[in-house]
Amino acid sequence: MRRGPSTFNIASVVLGMAFLYAPIVILVVYSFNASRLVTVWGGFSTRWYAALFQDQQMLDAIWVTARVGVLSATLATLLGVLAAVALVRGGGFRGRTILAGGIYATLVMPEVILGLSLLLLFVAAGLPRGFWTVTLSHATLTLAYTTMVIQARLGSFDISLEEAAQDLGCPPWKAFALITLPVIAPAVAAAWMLAFTLSLDDLVIASFTSGPGATTLPMRLYSQVRLGVDPKINAVSTLLIGVVATGVIAVYLLRQRRAPA
Amino acid sequence: MKRSRSGLAAILPFLWLAVFFAFPFLLVGKLSLSHTVLAIPPYAPQLHLSQGLPGFRTFLAGLSGETYARLTQDRLYLDAYLSSLRIAGLAAGLLLLIGYPIAYGIARCPPKARQALVMAVILPFWTSFLIRIYAWIAILKPAGVLNAALGLVGLGPVEILNTETAVLIGLVYAYLPFMVLPLYAVLDREDESLIEAAQDLGATPLSAFWRVTFPLSLPGAAAGALLCFIPMAGEFVIPDLLGGSETLMLGRVIWTEFFANRDWPAASAVAIVLLATLVVPIVLFEREQAKVLS
Repeated sequence: MRRGPSTFNIASVVLGMAFLYAPIVILVVYSFNASRLVTVWGGFSTRWYAALFQDQQMLDAIWVTARVGVLSATLATLLGVLAAVALVRGGGFRGRTILAGGIYATLVMPEVILGLSLLLLFVAAGLPRGFWTVTLSHATLTLAYTTMVIQARLGSFDISLEEAAQDLGCPPWKAFALITLPVIAPAVAAAWMLAFTLSLDDLVIASFTSGPGATTLPMRLYSQVRLGVDPKINAVSTLLIGVVATGVIAVYLLRQRRAPA
Repeated sequence: MKRSRSGLAAILPFLWLAVFFAFPFLLVGKLSLSHTVLAIPPYAPQLHLSQGLPGFRTFLAGLSGETYARLTQDRLYLDAYLSSLRIAGLAAGLLLLIGYPIAYGIARCPPKARQALVMAVILPFWTSFLIRIYAWIAILKPAGVLNAALGLVGLGPVEILNTETAVLIGLVYAYLPFMVLPLYAVLDREDESLIEAAQDLGATPLSAFWRVTFPLSLPGAAAGALLCFIPMAGEFVIPDLLGGSETLMLGRVIWTEFFANRDWPAASAVAIVLLATLVVPIVLFEREQAKVLS
């Protein structure tokens, strides 16, 4: 039997959630504020959204970011599935510790260091900086997250199902694709989503590895934020939050339905 | 898939990490031993493989520790180094103090509520980091939401934006999920019968907590603190947007050297120093992580 939460427990959770969500709520509310000042409520208005859709530079940046996000998330998810299979099922293969170590190191590595080192790689390789260099860099950045999400799900998967298929003559890759993959699919989808949002969000690595013509949304936002608070940024933020929250809740519900805990 | 062959799946991720993660560090190390020149790329010496062995010799002869010597001569670098570690350490401490009661509270809730609450802790992490920090500018600035609220109850105004306090608030806010989740993971796994046993033997709930729950949760606390401390020590966005010009942190120094001063060797040397400092926490983190996963 678990003891129920005490008043102190409830208070800490409620305060914690308030701390996490208050800034986001404020941001969303003020994106609909007719006034330019944060502290003055000038009535409900969608003028900042209208202004946003006339800002061609912002729209271009959104388009670049979306493409980078989709490509890099797909790359990172493919690599993540492979890495998770190796880590969960590889047993004691040589280099398991090195692979796990490398993956966790990318997870905690300060972004400035990662960005600088990737940039030097592209300079040394003579690759022109732009769309592709950001995409490759984001795949590297998000690989650790996709691996961890998929690894967690694969770890609890009953491998004997796959072994049974193989005993009945199914080739290993086919058994994986037909039996394991459908079961871990929600986790793979969640991993992709996570990689996509992380890519959508990254400023530091994109700034180092991007070039002319490939300005991402965070780079654009950053240069505007430095000039001060602008309600148009609240509008674009609200849209982003809406997209991401919808996606996350959808994945969550999907997982609830498939794997009742 | 047979267990024995699954290791083969590691080949591609391995190569990827070698090319995009490990090898670039060698380049950073090499560049930190170079010097600045007015050219593209802005450093010398350059290694030209086409010139063969003699070219490699001239390249080696051109390397020097000059950039590192420069770092020791300027007070700014030492100050930035010390304040990075101090701010990241302080923030990690605050995160433990704030994150622990939240994680503990969630672990005490009924199972259904627990799942939803864990989800609620993760959700902000999925929404843009930059935007969440930007939201704090509107709250903390002199004519912002906080001072308006304080004004209503006859307090303030307070000046927080562009101070170290603002940086600490931003760090705690942005990294809170990274602290709560590892703590929750250990607290949730705790065997309730241990607490019951302690209480049957006469322990008060509080002393049962201190002598049973708390020691058992230390691995989660260590994992969370390291998971936050390491990236915070090199954080750029938060000190840049909330800290004003006075808050010096290494992440910002690297950024400025690179983008504003176009001094690539100095940026690389600072990155190497930061990396060398973080090696120990990173190794500790990996050990904790291995323990949690096994």
